[in-house]
Amino acid sequence: MKNKISALLLGTALALCAGNMAFAQDKTVKIGALSDQSGLYADLGGPGSTLAAQMAVEDSGLTAKGWKIDIVSGDHLNKPDVGVNIARQWFDVDKVDVIVDVPNSGVALAVNNVVKEKNGVFLDSGAGTSDLTNAQCSPNTIHWTYDTYTLAHGTGSALTKAGGDSWFFLTADYAFGAALERDTRAAVEAGGGKILGGVKHPLGTSDFSSFLLQAQASKAKVIGLANAGADTTTSIKQAAEFGITSGGQKLAALLLFITDVHSLGLNTAQGLNFTETFYWDLNDQDRAFAKRFQERMKNHSMPTMVHAGVYSSLLHYFKALEALGGNPHDGIKVVAKMKELPTDDPLFGKGSIEPNGRTIHPAYLFEVKKPSESKGPWDYYKLIATIPADEAFTPLDKSSCPLLKK
Amino acid sequence: MQALYAQLLVGLINGSFYALLSLGLAVIFGMLNIINFAHGALYMMGAFCAYFLLNLLNIGYWPALILAPIAVGIFGMILERTMLQWLSGLDHLYGLLLTFGMALIIQGVFQNYFGSSGLPYSIPDALKGGMNLGFMYLPIYRGWVVIFSLVVCLATWYLIERTRLGANLRAATENPTLVRAFGINVPRMITLTYGLGVGLAALAGVLSAPINQVRPLMGADLIIVVFAVVVIGGMGSIMGSIVTGFALGVIEGLTKYFYPEASNTVVFVLMVLVLLVKPSGLTGRAN
Repeated sequence: MKNKISALLLGTALALCAGNMAFAQDKTVKIGALSDQSGLYADLGGPGSTLAAQMAVEDSGLTAKGWKIDIVSGDHLNKPDVGVNIARQWFDVDKVDVIVDVPNSGVALAVNNVVKEKNGVFLDSGAGTSDLTNAQCSPNTIHWTYDTYTLAHGTGSALTKAGGDSWFFLTADYAFGAALERDTRAAVEAGGGKILGGVKHPLGTSDFSSFLLQAQASKAKVIGLANAGADTTTSIKQAAEFGITSGGQKLAALLLFITDVHSLGLNTAQGLNFTETFYWDLNDQDRAFAKRFQERMKNHSMPTMVHAGVYSSLLHYFKALEALGGNPHDGIKVVAKMKELPTDDPLFGKGSIEPNGRTIHPAYLFEVKKPSESKGPWDYYKLIATIPADEAFTPLDKSSCPLLKK
Repeated sequence: MQALYAQLLVGLINGSFYALLSLGLAVIFGMLNIINFAHGALYMMGAFCAYFLLNLLNIGYWPALILAPIAVGIFGMILERTMLQWLSGLDHLYGLLLTFGMALIIQGVFQNYFGSSGLPYSIPDALKGGMNLGFMYLPIYRGWVVIFSLVVCLATWYLIERTRLGANLRAATENPTLVRAFGINVPRMITLTYGLGVGLAALAGVLSAPINQVRPLMGADLIIVVFAVVVIGGMGSIMGSIVTGFALGVIEGLTKYFYPEASNTVVFVLMVLVLLVKPSGLTGRAN
């Protein structure tokens, strides 16, 4: 009898022990911040996104509740094959659970497939292509910050309405440029404008004068820049040099980040209209986050909307993990939980995640201030209009996402 | 037809940067036998130097055109004295690896402190605005770049090919021991030549600062094309690199007009074609 009892006790103890061990493993999360760490998009994502991820981990308070959260970062060099290799290694060897950021739509679309195959989680903030929540949507992916639809319908529609009814495009020759041009064309044509032509330039071009001359010769009222980062800033700077803006043609920087404006200087950038979903000076919570971020950033830059998106998407991810109580390794389950919970965070406010993985929140149409209007460094934007959440992103009935057809 | 003239002119402007940079490379390779992969980083340092002079010391564009090449040239000479000189006589590969590594370190340091988007540098007041040429609007600054770099290129060619100093230098590369016997300090001359080549890169950097953003990666984007220019022109040939620099700028400009998607590969396609027909480059001597 005595033996039986001790055997039983031993068994229970062992079972509890094993249970505990499983429990401890369940609360381990590994985040992979995959970005362009050294190229033309490094300032809008890059090291800042890794910092934003760290801040999200600290602010979530999960470590105090027994979670063990690690962050690794990787440089995809704007090459889809490099990005895919890093993602595979992270899932197979390093046991990463969630990949964040991934600017460059070409890389993001490729990584999207790997994450789906490995049943991980992909919280995209940096890439713009609206394909991520349309034809290429995945039950493992959430597209957080902005997409080409937002940009097209914010800036494109606004400029067309304001009288810019003929367009010429300078388009970066890869997935993002193509998606942005496609979405903007649709928005311009819907507003009664027409497209006079366009030219595709290689990613990372250092001289735009040839392309700008073609745009100038087209006599279009608006020159749409369907590019990003250093490509956009160089085109804007050289457009001013060639007298394009003073000649009456208007530039539409379809995607512009605060780091781009900072790099151009207000003298060159003033008057540009563009769409973003986050600006550090919109409210107290944004300002508080931006101040903390700036202090810790090596080049003391303000957070871009991509950085803010990394931070907020991870906060929401952690909320879902807490709600699940553990086991963060089943990507589909975690993403389903994220979609189920309404989003509410300090930077993007209240919103929701649609079944196709698109996070819905308001977007803002900004104008760059004149040097005389700016009170100091980083005081660059004037709010022109707020685009309500339900208009800022592709309406669900128009989304071509296969997940919606079930 | 008008558009074509405009593209030709724009190509010439880009060609002047290629010419200035490939000239520096050709001088360094021709005289020192070093494949200087740090050239792009030194070009970038020239632009940053102009930026610092303006923002820290309030020294404008014109003095920077002289001061920045001197400052970066001195930096180059220190590199040569402390590191590169030990590689003379070794295989080219060692010099290539060393300078490539230096380029990565220099770029990394700048990127760490200044990010990748770049810093603004505006066009000097005297060169602002533009002229209407009928077929295009030519920014005055771009016109200045073409003329100034043409003058610098020809002056450098004259210095090396037509003066006594240049003759000594060429003799020193041909047979250092014999030249030394004439009482000429060969190592010092080599250091100064490296300084000259680096100075040319920095000068190109200052010239490009008002056109492009002052970015840590501005040199890395350009250096590969410039190497292709040097290879097409013939390694070490001074005149060859000047002429090919301008010519390739024009060809690239035309490609941007007729088939823009190929504009960043056309130079390499040409390089392959030239190497197939003339392995030592257009003006190179086969040895």
